[in-house]
Amino acid sequence: MKIIVCIKQVPATMKVEVDAESGTLKRIGQNAKTNPYDLYAIEAALRIREQVGGSVTALTMGPQQTEEMMRDAYMMGVDEAVVMSDPKFAGSDVLATSFTLFQGIRLLGGADLIICGKQTTDGDTAQIGPAIAEHMGIPHVAWVSNIERVTTDLISVIQKTGSFIQESEMKFPCLITVDKDIFVPRLPSYRLGLATANKNIRFISFKDLSDKNMTRYGLIGSPTKVEKMFQPESSDGQEYINGTSIEKADSIFELLKNQKII
Amino acid sequence: MNFIHFDVNKCILCRECIEKCPFNALCMGKNGIEVNDACRMCSVCVKVCSAEAISFEQKAGVVDKSEWNGILVYIEQDHGDIHPVAFELIGEAHRLAAIVGFDVYAVIVGADGTENNAEKLIAYGVKKVFVYEHKGFYGFKADCYTDAVSDCIAMLKPSVVLIGATSVGRSLSPRLSTRFHTGLTADCTKLLMSENTDLIQIRPAFGGNIMAQILVEDSRPQFATVRYKVMERAEKIENPVGEVVRCNVTDYLAQSRIKVCGIKSIHRKKMIEEEEILVVAGRGVKDEKGLNLVKGLAENLGGQLCFTRPMIESGLGDTAHQIGLSGRTVKPKLIITCGVSGAIQFSSCMNGSECIIAINNDPNSQIFNIAHYCIVDNLYEIVPRLLERIQTQKEA
Ligand SMILES: Cc1cc2nc3c(=O)[nH]c(=O)nc-3n(C[C@H](O)[C@H](O)[C@H](O)COP(=O)(O)OP(=O)(O)OC[C@H]3O[C@@H](n4cnc5c(N)ncnc54)[C@H](O)[C@@H]3O)c2cc1C
Ligand SMILES: Cc1cc2nc3c(=O)[nH]c(=O)nc-3n(C[C@H](O)[C@H](O)[C@H](O)COP(=O)(O)OP(=O)(O)OC[C@H]3O[C@@H](n4cnc5c(N)ncnc54)[C@H](O)[C@@H]3O)c2cc1C
Repeated sequence: MKIIVCIKQVPATMKVEVDAESGTLKRIGQNAKTNPYDLYAIEAALRIREQVGGSVTALTMGPQQTEEMMRDAYMMGVDEAVVMSDPKFAGSDVLATSFTLFQGIRLLGGADLIICGKQTTDGDTAQIGPAIAEHMGIPHVAWVSNIERVTTDLISVIQKTGSFIQESEMKFPCLITVDKDIFVPRLPSYRLGLATANKNIRFISFKDLSDKNMTRYGLIGSPTKVEKMFQPESSDGQEYINGTSIEKADSIFELLKNQKII
Repeated sequence: MNFIHFDVNKCILCRECIEKCPFNALCMGKNGIEVNDACRMCSVCVKVCSAEAISFEQKAGVVDKSEWNGILVYIEQDHGDIHPVAFELIGEAHRLAAIVGFDVYAVIVGADGTENNAEKLIAYGVKKVFVYEHKGFYGFKADCYTDAVSDCIAMLKPSVVLIGATSVGRSLSPRLSTRFHTGLTADCTKLLMSENTDLIQIRPAFGGNIMAQILVEDSRPQFATVRYKVMERAEKIENPVGEVVRCNVTDYLAQSRIKVCGIKSIHRKKMIEEEEILVVAGRGVKDEKGLNLVKGLAENLGGQLCFTRPMIESGLGDTAHQIGLSGRTVKPKLIITCGVSGAIQFSSCMNGSECIIAINNDPNSQIFNIAHYCIVDNLYEIVPRLLERIQTQKEA
């Protein structure tokens, strides 16, 4: 059983600021961390490996500095760490990112099961997982809250759909994205850290990929353009509602109606 | 729209795909299978090919925007009922469509009863509702739902596709946008239409700390997911003239590699941390009558009733419903406090709420330091009137 977990490095803080003139992000501090949602994905992969055997590969697309994140992944227990990094990948949106990861997965010889996090804390789209599945032509279930059963050839998972929960079964190869709290992620182990200190991290760049059509990578391969960014209007304002008791109650009613609560 | 790729090295020329294609889009050419422009990207050929020689191959290219017209709304069904976000999307679609003279269409996929639900949409001014009904669409299966909606998109060529940002919509939409090699903007809170039919999409990112304005200038359709309770719901119109179009669904189109093993409704009551709406009773709620009032308010708003610590101590509820340092920390969309003084041990565990409405008859009470809306009044006057208004609204 071969499992690939996709993980992304995100800024350590979400307190970002926008330069009002240029509409771009002000420099975010150098501090970065593993997307917290991806720790659940790693944990799910490790538990499946413990149950049915096989290997877990952590895969990321991002800058070279992701090495530290990959060391942490080794310390949690993954078998192999692969970084896809190339200036040609810069500026990728969901379509280009998922295509690049798909190319990487192909280069690694494919996988029986691919696991992604629910979403990231920066781009926050929750779209990469299903997009990878579409590129690969394999089925997926998103936002899995529970894994009911896993064998060497199939997986059965729980997802919430509307006001119901659905149990779905898929044969491998397939992809799942896991919700937070599916499991408690283990902490990086000092012992594993020592054992893997010299373990290699594999780097993949554009020239290694089989599809070298430049129109599918990076900024050129990205149909969405972030035109500008701005700070949301703050809702810190405070308002006293005046009038008779009836008028006050009516004002609350209108307020709730405007907010689509009723 | 030549997106299908045949691997000549794998193809065994068995002609299965030619026979099974619902649209007669495939034929045997000089160099193997060829596809013509009747192709609707439904992926039936991919499913029937035993040699796995067929795949979707997307190619970027500048599109002719004038060929892509109209707004298509994906209608999600929540196990037999139309998900209410669908009516909001129709409302928003009408608003955007009016700016550039587009029509509004809808597509609905599901098992038995889907066509019945489609009929209900006509009253909201939808020009055509495309129905994909088949028992194979029971439950939600991302792969064959993508095939059905792709079929509709390839036929209709809409400029914009709107999908609810629900757990289902956010699972379906990335597959669709990937298949059409185009952009998808997640979780939009505001949409604007430009004269040249480019959709200006505004969405929060970085956990809501930043708003991003996103454009898809060179490809079509423009996909956007929109959260529930963000847009204005569509109104019914007089003399609607739309029609329901039943689309041909072959067994292959509805075929999926996801097997639905069971569907259960969620009985479990939410924990107060998960609730979007909370009403809190403090010691200002002095008797049975007051308690029934605030309980009624919580129920009518679809939320839960919580308490301050003294109320729990006098036996009104369990600690799972206590907000505060020695209880739970909550961050709902809306919290209404009734007769709560706002001591720091309480307010520090709920002041992250998006909207705080406080009702307290003492203008100097601390709760007014953190409330967004302050009502200095007797809760026994305010709550009954508010309840009455909500109940009449519901009956209307
Ligand atoms: C403010 C802002 C808004 C944006 N809005 C959009 C938008 O609406 N549409 C759009 O197409 N792009 C958008 N982007 C670009 C998008 O964030 C990036 O393309 C990013 O590569 C993909 O998405 P994500 O961070 O949203 O990941 P998600 O889709 O939220 O991530 C889900 C999971 O996919 C995996 N994953 C994601 N990225 C990687 C990676 N690089 N390497 C390995 N695994 C990964 C992880 O398992 C992760 O948990 C936006 C970017 C910014 C800064
Ligand atoms: C270590 C520690 C931990 C604590 N943990 C918690 C905790 O987890 N949760 C918690 O809630 N508290 C906690 N407390 C207690 C906290 O300090 C307050 O005593 C408590 O929150 C007060 O509850 P209350 O607002 O319901 O009552 P009160 O402070 O008595 O306030 C009642 C309010 O109702 C108003 N009122 C009265 N009649 C009406 C009317 N007819 N209409 C409108 N308004 C009216 C009054 O003006 C008053 O402001 C803790 C205290 C300590 C020391």
